[in-house]
Amino acid sequence: MSSFLSQEVPLSWYLMLSAILFSLGVLGFLIKRNLITVFMSIELMLNGVNLSFVTFAHQWHQVRGQIFVFFVMMVAAAEAAVGLAIIIAVFRARATLAVDRIDLMKL
Amino acid sequence: MHLILFVVFGGFCLAGAINLLLQSHPINSALSLIVVMTSLAVLYLLLGAEFLAAAQVIVYAGAIMVLFTFVVMLLNAGREERTMGSRTWRAVGFPAVVAILAVLSTVILKAQGLGIARLSDGITSTADLSRVLFTELLLPFEVTSVLILIAILGAVALARHGAGEPDSGSTERTAGK
Repeated sequence: MSSFLSQEVPLSWYLMLSAILFSLGVLGFLIKRNLITVFMSIELMLNGVNLSFVTFAHQWHQVRGQIFVFFVMMVAAAEAAVGLAIIIAVFRARATLAVDRIDLMKL
Repeated sequence: MHLILFVVFGGFCLAGAINLLLQSHPINSALSLIVVMTSLAVLYLLLGAEFLAAAQVIVYAGAIMVLFTFVVMLLNAGREERTMGSRTWRAVGFPAVVAILAVLSTVILKAQGLGIARLSDGITSTADLSRVLFTELLLPFEVTSVLILIAILGAVALARHGAGEPDSGSTERTAGK
């Protein structure tokens, strides 16, 4: 039982998981065509970066990294509130959520 | 135990993230994102961040995702359509993402001196966290509360704008032509 409990995980695995989550977020941001799902991919990227902050906080035994994640969460909450309000306003004005049709600012 | 928990919840995390990309209906993507965030909370706990694990469940999996599912249902968002844009970005996106992942993993795997995580490492107590937060970082914390207040006011103003002027959408459309 004691050997079972003493199993350890290298921190690089956590960092790899965080890198993969971030890349999947970038991929979703590029290939998804729905405004809300694109926004969700941004949240996925934020979560991937948060995981590496927590990993480095564990590596250096510092609480600053965890506090930074706390601030990222607060900013993400504010961003989600404002972003979703913008999405509702865009849907009211143009009656679509497809990013290909919301192209007023395209050259 | 740590290894098993890491593999199980890291696997959940990856499966949720991949499912988010594969699903074409936004509500399914939102539910997979909740799976990702909840399993990330377990990983935070494994790394000893007890406060962040709780905050992750409450703020991300709770508040933010409720907002997302609420908007998906409010706007009655249907399946996304496959267009020209999605095909070009699929062709551009995959090599770009592979390049990003290759660079990141090269840096991570070459890094020296990365430690290991054990269950016996102990946890960062919320008391230690708040001691730093409320002494050295008090000003950023207070600024964050102002930011949240502005975000609330902004969200209300944005959501009210369309309701107050029913014909703002039509002027928008004519201005676009």
